[in-house]
Amino acid sequence: MTSTKPSTSPKVDAPDSGPVATLHTGTSDPRTLILGNLRQSGIYIALVVIVALFAVLTDGVSLSPGNLTNIVLQYSYILVLAIGMVIVIIGGHIDLSVGSVVALTGAVSAVLVIREGMPWWVGILAALAVGVAVGAWHGLWVAYAGIPAFIVTLAGMLLFRGLTLRVLDNISLSPFPAEYQRVAAGFLNGLLGGQGFDAFTLFIGVFAVVGYAASVFRTRLARVRHEQPVESFPLFVLRVVVVGAVVMWFAWQLAHARGLPIVLIVLAVLVLVYGLLTRRTVFGRQVYAIGGNLPAATLSGVRVKTVNFWVFVNMGFLSAVAGVIYSSRSNGAQPAAGNMFELDAIAAAFIGGAAVTGGVGTVVGAMVGGLIMAVMSNGMQLMGVDQSIQSVVKGLVLLAAVAFDIWNKRRAAGSR
Amino acid sequence: MSDHILEMRNITKTFPGVAALQDVSLAVRRGEIHAICGENGAGKSTLMKVLSGVYPTGSYDGQIVLDGEPVEFRGIRDSESHGIVIIHQELALVPYLSIAENIFLGNERRGRSGLIDWHRTNAEAAALLRSVGLDENPVTPVIQLGVGKQQLVEIAKALSKKVRLLILDEPTAALNDVDSAHLLNLLRRLRDQGITCIMISHKLGEITAVADSTTVIRDGRTVETLDMGDGTATQDRIIRGMVGRDLAAFYPTRTSTPGAEVLRIEDWTVRHPTQDRLVVDRASLTVRAGEVVGIAGLMGAGRTELAMSVFGRAYGRDISGRIFVNGLQVRTRTVAEAIANGIAYATEDRKHYGLNLIDDVRGNISAAALGKLARNGWIDGNEEIKVAERGRRDMNIKAPTVMSVVGKLSGGNQQKVVLAKWLFTDPDVLILDEPTRGIDVGAKFEIYTIVNRLVADGKAVVIISSELPELLGMCDRIYTLAAGRITGELPVGEATQENLMELMTKDRDLVR
Repeated sequence: MTSTKPSTSPKVDAPDSGPVATLHTGTSDPRTLILGNLRQSGIYIALVVIVALFAVLTDGVSLSPGNLTNIVLQYSYILVLAIGMVIVIIGGHIDLSVGSVVALTGAVSAVLVIREGMPWWVGILAALAVGVAVGAWHGLWVAYAGIPAFIVTLAGMLLFRGLTLRVLDNISLSPFPAEYQRVAAGFLNGLLGGQGFDAFTLFIGVFAVVGYAASVFRTRLARVRHEQPVESFPLFVLRVVVVGAVVMWFAWQLAHARGLPIVLIVLAVLVLVYGLLTRRTVFGRQVYAIGGNLPAATLSGVRVKTVNFWVFVNMGFLSAVAGVIYSSRSNGAQPAAGNMFELDAIAAAFIGGAAVTGGVGTVVGAMVGGLIMAVMSNGMQLMGVDQSIQSVVKGLVLLAAVAFDIWNKRRAAGSR
Repeated sequence: MSDHILEMRNITKTFPGVAALQDVSLAVRRGEIHAICGENGAGKSTLMKVLSGVYPTGSYDGQIVLDGEPVEFRGIRDSESHGIVIIHQELALVPYLSIAENIFLGNERRGRSGLIDWHRTNAEAAALLRSVGLDENPVTPVIQLGVGKQQLVEIAKALSKKVRLLILDEPTAALNDVDSAHLLNLLRRLRDQGITCIMISHKLGEITAVADSTTVIRDGRTVETLDMGDGTATQDRIIRGMVGRDLAAFYPTRTSTPGAEVLRIEDWTVRHPTQDRLVVDRASLTVRAGEVVGIAGLMGAGRTELAMSVFGRAYGRDISGRIFVNGLQVRTRTVAEAIANGIAYATEDRKHYGLNLIDDVRGNISAAALGKLARNGWIDGNEEIKVAERGRRDMNIKAPTVMSVVGKLSGGNQQKVVLAKWLFTDPDVLILDEPTRGIDVGAKFEIYTIVNRLVADGKAVVIISSELPELLGMCDRIYTLAAGRITGELPVGEATQENLMELMTKDRDLVR
């Protein structure tokens, strides 16, 4: 989250018209500020509102150190899947198979580690290899045989669920050895000692905030140097302070519970790497180009088949990561593991601003979308809301998010 | 009752900023074949859309008089209920439905219960097929028919609507010689049965063979209506009417100093991707450094197909022929290979094939050569912005910043983004397909200036254009293309709109 795309300006034919004049000072007109930022920051606002809502409804329990730790542990694998899914969706595809792949990779790992008694890391490597192989399978059919991803991955959903049952002989396997369990349920703490809280967690929090501030500041300087539009300086400072405060508060809460979860570190690294991958690499940009306008990408020399192939290989890899985390957290492998995970991951990507038509979406957006779903599920569970109602609410939120996005785009197009 | 079945009086139709039709009048006699001729963009299709109600009454000025009675069409159904049926160049058949289902689509033959009466549907379809001379089973899916037969199904569909005035837009453009001859004979037979036909066509041989009268349209105005029977209506006269556009438009001057040959294409042959016909037939051409070469051809001549097939086989199948860049034979099996060999192609349809409209100026400019900005796959974002800024400055792209979304720019500025994108690939040859289509005069002049700057720098430029004055104003040499074949090559000094149009409208028979 080092920079955000500038808000779209009205169609400009003459260089001397309005927006140019205010470029380098940032927009200060409150109406443009709110409307322009509504599009980018709509989901952040939604997240804040939902967090606040459940904090009130649960008398603050939802924000307690223990519960925050819980949310991280409970939804990390959905967020990992959402990273892969948003890239698939940006490319104009979909992947319905990830739940089954989570189950299959977890099962392979469990069979090797629990039944065969191999070391924990062999299980993890095997799971990752299976995930990559599954992704390559999908990629071959989508990219080279030209079959729509919807069909290929629908077939994969059935196929890999069946293989999971086969691998597990229809029974659950558990428990994993302690080292394997640490992947998802473990914490890094006590490294710097603590006085009733974990100092290491706070240190990492400070480290993250400083890194974030340095990174966005560098980006801002580079943009100013290249005479690109930036937000006004007070707004910029406000943003850094708010993000910093949220991160530090979050770290403080974690430090007062069980410390820094290992999955959080895994997740943070993945978000960082994939955030850069999507925005800063040739590969990432070509995914956007393919999703944005396939014929134009083809006529620009993009190797469409190769790119699509690797998009699915990557999805398979991240499904395996999620499979390892999930099997570690549930301390075993079950035939029905990962059921409906694909829908949570797809919902996260769309709530986070990805477009059904492809070409639009961000990793960070998908993370926020996933968090919205996570906070809602968790909050409703704390309140003891019936499962049926939870499902209804989540469905309506997904519909509302995408409807809002489409309404927003239509409004923007109309104002041209 | 007048002997004119149709009169269109003083039709004026404007689109935002452009007058597509100005005061056009057309009178069609009962029971004749009436041809309409004009260059691409002259306004023929617009006029037919006004007539068929695609542009409803009120969206244009003027009057339509049918059988002496003024009529107002609010949509296609209105015009069809008066017996006017239009068959578009792009056939409007549903491929997986049967011939009979297509014929009665939206006009189904129902039994008393309200369900479709298949016996009646198929029997009536069979009768209609006989009347157009198509020997096919009515239950055959349309996808199994060739284009020629599909065209006949369209006519059968029109007959099922009790057509009195049949409009055909370029009916033979996609047909081979045998199918064309069959279709023209059918039109004569329909005329003898009392059905009046309006036929838009580029093929002058065809027009002189079947038309009873011909109306020539140029730049949205009627030039004249010729009676084909009286001997004065020669092909030359039609050509003179079609061309003669205003040459006074500004073209920046340039002294031409062609250098070594940069691109040579030999015996280039391309087959249509789905139909069994040649779209480009043994075309050969050369382009030299510092030279602007034009390709003139009417709709369907194979201009875009030639360019796209050369550009990494982006069109067609069974492609054969040789390409030489700077004297060396090169392979351009993929777009990436074509770009690597110094060929760039800016498409005629920038919105659908040229730009990612939801991306910004920066992302579009770098899209075809991202590799130049990257080390080990990582893009140097600052360098990319610099490149984009340079493109914005050099091309004078009027966008607030390079982070502006391309979809919000005007057509002229979008076209400049396309040019900046291809120049960043550092090509030896730049193929520009309709580079000034749909952009205003000021932006056109800027694009011409950019082209002149490029050739002054030693690049070779190929311009494909429907506007003959543009080719005459910009090019050093002009090739003409008709029915996939190069029919002529003229230095600009010897080329006129008339002799170009004559070469562009050569029928296949005359070429051989």
